[in-house]
Amino acid sequence: MSMPQPEASRIEVSDNEDVVRVRAAVKEAAARMGFSKVDQVRLVTAASELTRNIRLYAGRGTVEVRPVRSSGRSGLRINFEDSGPGIADVDMAMTDGYTTSRGMGKGLPGSRRLVDDFRIESEVGKGTLVTIIKWLH
Amino acid sequence: MTSDNNPSQAVINPLTIKALTEREDAILEAWMNNRVNSSDFRETLISGEELRADSQSFLRAFIMAIANSNVEEMRGKEFNAIRRLLLEISEARAAQAFSPSETAFYVFSLKESLLPFLRDEYRDDPETLLEELNKLSKALDKLGSFIFVTTIKNRERVIRQQQQDMLELSTPVVQIWDRIICLPLIGALDSRRTQLMMERLLERIVKTRAEVAILDITGVPTVDTQVANYLIKTVTAVRLLGSTCIITGVGPSIAQTIVHLGIDLSGIITRNQLSDGIRQAFEMTRQRVVPINAADGEPSAEKGDTDERAQSSYSESW
Amino acid sequence: MSALKVPILKVGEVLLVSIQADIDDRAVLELQQRVLEQIEQTNARSVLIDISLLEMVDSFTGRMLSDIASMASIMDAATVVVGIQPAVAITLVELGLELKGVSTALDVDDGLRILRERLKDKRRKRAVGADEHAPA
Repeated sequence: MSMPQPEASRIEVSDNEDVVRVRAAVKEAAARMGFSKVDQVRLVTAASELTRNIRLYAGRGTVEVRPVRSSGRSGLRINFEDSGPGIADVDMAMTDGYTTSRGMGKGLPGSRRLVDDFRIESEVGKGTLVTIIKWLH
Repeated sequence: MTSDNNPSQAVINPLTIKALTEREDAILEAWMNNRVNSSDFRETLISGEELRADSQSFLRAFIMAIANSNVEEMRGKEFNAIRRLLLEISEARAAQAFSPSETAFYVFSLKESLLPFLRDEYRDDPETLLEELNKLSKALDKLGSFIFVTTIKNRERVIRQQQQDMLELSTPVVQIWDRIICLPLIGALDSRRTQLMMERLLERIVKTRAEVAILDITGVPTVDTQVANYLIKTVTAVRLLGSTCIITGVGPSIAQTIVHLGIDLSGIITRNQLSDGIRQAFEMTRQRVVPINAADGEPSAEKGDTDERAQSSYSESW
Repeated sequence: MSALKVPILKVGEVLLVSIQADIDDRAVLELQQRVLEQIEQTNARSVLIDISLLEMVDSFTGRMLSDIASMASIMDAATVVVGIQPAVAITLVELGLELKGVSTALDVDDGLRILRERLKDKRRKRAVGADEHAPA
């Protein structure tokens, strides 16, 4: 994975309009990479959920959209990073229906079902980094 | 490699080109004799005339290519032309069931046939003869391996395409009636196939404005938890579009499995027979099939249809 | 894009809402507010929300659709959501959002027919109910 990766984009998230911008950027990148219609919607929806989480819990953060290659496959990787309060119990947060906000508790577990790889690193008081990847078939 | 930097090593001597051009017919003759007599020639697969025509085009293109470009680099429009020609030959051969290595050996075999003609030309200059042979041999090696790799790639492409076609064939969506479609599922359901089936079904529902989609699982041997979950997901997605899904062909063994696995199908319309499902679908689309003699003088099956049309035009004006 | 740009039209007894572009969360909430206000002001009996142009429905938008349906129902108006795209439907199911309690239809024509039938049904039931309570 040491190859230079083309066309990564970073979006600073600090208001509601930025969530719409993230959705548009992910849609554009996924369409350009040749993802199927359904996979495009899956990626955009997961990105929307996870960017909203940044807004809900940390207020601001960064989303990075990056095409990646690994063992002959291409995929789209998206990082969602914030310096918010962090998640005390990641397992609990990944449970369907669990929510500490006004959401429906579908954000984290639902997004995980929409992508191929889902990683979450969080430290209380430091922040949260969620990484998702979807591979092209 | 030093030869890369030395143009004289990579460019074919004009004398060679001249000799090959002048004796093209004789070379072709020798090559054809070599082919037809070789142990790997398979007369059943290709006729002598076809082979000769292909070989003549190839030989001519080969001489053109080496006359106009550097054989180390193998670039330029002449080499592109010979690559295209080889591809055509290779595709035709693949269709005739020639293996990739047979096609490659065909290209390599030209070397042997060129040898006597070059020997004639450079009778008094063995050093140049060796150089020229070496260069021609390299050029043919490259073309041979190019065609080998390309043939294999093409085959893989054909296999992938066939797999895709079979997948498509195995999920036909049938229009049963105005606004009623049916997807007969046959064979084992795996996750990839079910996914594709769900996508196709949903797209067809939107395209045909189907109010009812019948999923017939008569031909599905077993239903496990995963397959049942896919079916439930499909039914839910169909409902979100604004259409209704009926699952038919749920025989005794599948019914037993579903209950034993504790799968909840409540809220899903299931029917034993496909025909029951179709009858249900007619009701749901406000249509009815009536025996011809049921109502004297009245057009029977058409009646519901006409009513329905009157109704929908009413709803439009409303 | 602001929710004010999402047109809400009243046709007969129906409020027609057509969401034509991706809108942010605040605009989604504003839209919900405006639909409810319009039900009150126009005395509409039905709400039809066309989302055929939406390329994504996430949990927030999904919740808005469910909420409008429940709230409108309390205000005695039926809601139908039309035009959900196949890819959007698949994603909603995978996300775990089934929009239970929300009626759906393939397109505006079907949606209007369903709403009209629903209204006729409701009126007939009420008429029967009135008869039941009529003085003996």
